[in-house]
Amino acid sequence: MKLALARPLLVAIAAAALALAAGTAAAQTLKIAVYGGYFQDSFDAHIFPRFTEETGIAVESIAAPTGMAWLVQLETAARAGQAPADVSMMSQGPLQRGMTSDLWVALDESRLPNLQYVRPALVNRNSAGALVGVGAVSWYVTLVTNTDVYPEAPTSWAEMWGDHRNSLGLLALPENSFLLEITAATFFGGTDVLDTEEGILQVVDKLAELQPNVQLWYRDEGQFQQALQSGEIPMGQYYHDVTGIAAAEGFPVHSTFPAEGGVLDSGSWAVSRASSMVDEAHVFIDWFSRPEIQDLVARMIGTAPTVEREFLSLSDEEFAMVSDASTPIVPRYDMYLERGDWLNQVWAERVTR
Amino acid sequence: MSAPAAPPAISSSAHAASGDGPWPHVLLAWPTVALTVLFLVPLGIIAALGFFRRIQAGFFEVAFVTDNYARALDAFHLERLAVSVVLALAATLVTLLLAVPFTYLLTRRPRARQVPYLVLVLASLSLSEVIVAFAWSLLLSRTSGISNLLVAVGLMDRAASWSPGLAAVLLAYVFIALPLAILSLYPTFSRLDQELPEAAGTMGATPLAGFVTVVLPLVRRAVAATGALVFIFVLGAYVIPQTLGRPAQWTMPVHITDQAIMKNHLPLAASLAIVLLVVSSLVAVAIVALGAGRWPRLALPGRAR
Repeated sequence: MKLALARPLLVAIAAAALALAAGTAAAQTLKIAVYGGYFQDSFDAHIFPRFTEETGIAVESIAAPTGMAWLVQLETAARAGQAPADVSMMSQGPLQRGMTSDLWVALDESRLPNLQYVRPALVNRNSAGALVGVGAVSWYVTLVTNTDVYPEAPTSWAEMWGDHRNSLGLLALPENSFLLEITAATFFGGTDVLDTEEGILQVVDKLAELQPNVQLWYRDEGQFQQALQSGEIPMGQYYHDVTGIAAAEGFPVHSTFPAEGGVLDSGSWAVSRASSMVDEAHVFIDWFSRPEIQDLVARMIGTAPTVEREFLSLSDEEFAMVSDASTPIVPRYDMYLERGDWLNQVWAERVTR
Repeated sequence: MSAPAAPPAISSSAHAASGDGPWPHVLLAWPTVALTVLFLVPLGIIAALGFFRRIQAGFFEVAFVTDNYARALDAFHLERLAVSVVLALAATLVTLLLAVPFTYLLTRRPRARQVPYLVLVLASLSLSEVIVAFAWSLLLSRTSGISNLLVAVGLMDRAASWSPGLAAVLLAYVFIALPLAILSLYPTFSRLDQELPEAAGTMGATPLAGFVTVVLPLVRRAVAATGALVFIFVLGAYVIPQTLGRPAQWTMPVHITDQAIMKNHLPLAASLAIVLLVVSSLVAVAIVALGAGRWPRLALPGRAR
């Protein structure tokens, strides 16, 4: 009798000790990192509850800072055997840097049948050919204006070089602003000019002409969005999805796809090598790649789908809200990987002065 | 009469402390342990990190290379270092010019009257740098800032944008440093013998002359120590120069954060941090030495010798 009582107790104690030893990662909750603020709020409201309902896997959302900052945190934590999140939405630049340092788990493609729907450019493979990232959402960086100050929306990125002293808000760093690609597409007929250092320096000089027009070089999105909405800084570069939501809420702001195209960047799901929830991570990534989930994300969050258009049920009108039919400006991720440090130095010395 | 009684009291309590077993030693050891574990060890790691090899497309690897420190000492970063030090010194000077007379006048008042001022000072100390920076960016903006009030009362023709820029950065620096300076000066000023400036007055000195020739020499060490404290505090600020400054006012902390967080270049960030630490320590020591050194004897005008 005593023994019979004691045994379950011992088992329970042993189980508790094991759980403690395994740390909090053993808790049956999949930690998914998305950008804090609007993205996290929307995923918490519309996406994660449905995933839990359909699969029984509980999700805890983690507010991630900008891609590079999150990469540093993941990398440092992984070196200590910790995973602040199991799955992270990583923009393409930081995703590739994480590949170089083997931060990501190689995913098992046989467990991702819905991978067939994802645009090939967003099936991210490392140098050994292993799948480490799967497209989650795409977004555009576009030319935005305050409609009280500029009732007529500009049509070209070249407008930023016009007579608009102290009127622009631009992202402060080369790798998240993509201003070199924008300048190259606008004045040099495309981003091929960025193949060489001489070409890059030409583009940098053209970009540096903008300096007197820039009121704010921002690192914090909220800072620019507030200034754009109030008209304090009436023009600049910003995210098409968030600008659309601000306009829908009644703020006098407008997002324009310029003639040269918006900048198309994407976030891909990637799994930290320190994660102990790799099985559940596969379930989530596969679930998210289903066309009907991509429809839901486009409708609810306003980002562009990463699944080919033919598989989606979005109407033309809905698709136009989140995307653009014209050819986008595609960031030169290779340039940042090859010459990032040199580029950052040139940028600090010539562009943000 | 109370003075002779004091030494035995001190020695007896010291004796009691040493006779209470290990606990006093344990308690006294705590600052040493904390300093070692929480300051010296991380500092050593940062200094070593500066020698690691950067992998441009990835992270970094353990090695011993000097190019990060060389980059940290190149023309661009030395210019940024000079800008950071000059900005912090300017903010320190303005803060002291405001805090010294304020604290002096405050401590001349009856205790009960001082309390509301001290509460206000403490309250403004509780505001974080982030809140201060964002509040000032709104207060200095064209669309919702103070200039609109000046337009309303007819002092300006139209609202202006005063941020970002040099003035905005200095203003916010002084705003966060002022309460710290006042609280740091307060104990010395309130212990100051009230009769000294009164005696100077009796001997014919104006209040200003009495303050400059009698009070200031007595409190100069406290003023210098406060200056060093404010200098280091302001030099480490990151959100204020980033939010309220144009690129010309981006100080070392802004560039260190960019390298560490936005550019994934921890070795360069670490070496920049070490360079900043060394330079700021030297400047702070110089400020304290300035206060401790012999000052030229100040004389009242027309009364020399």
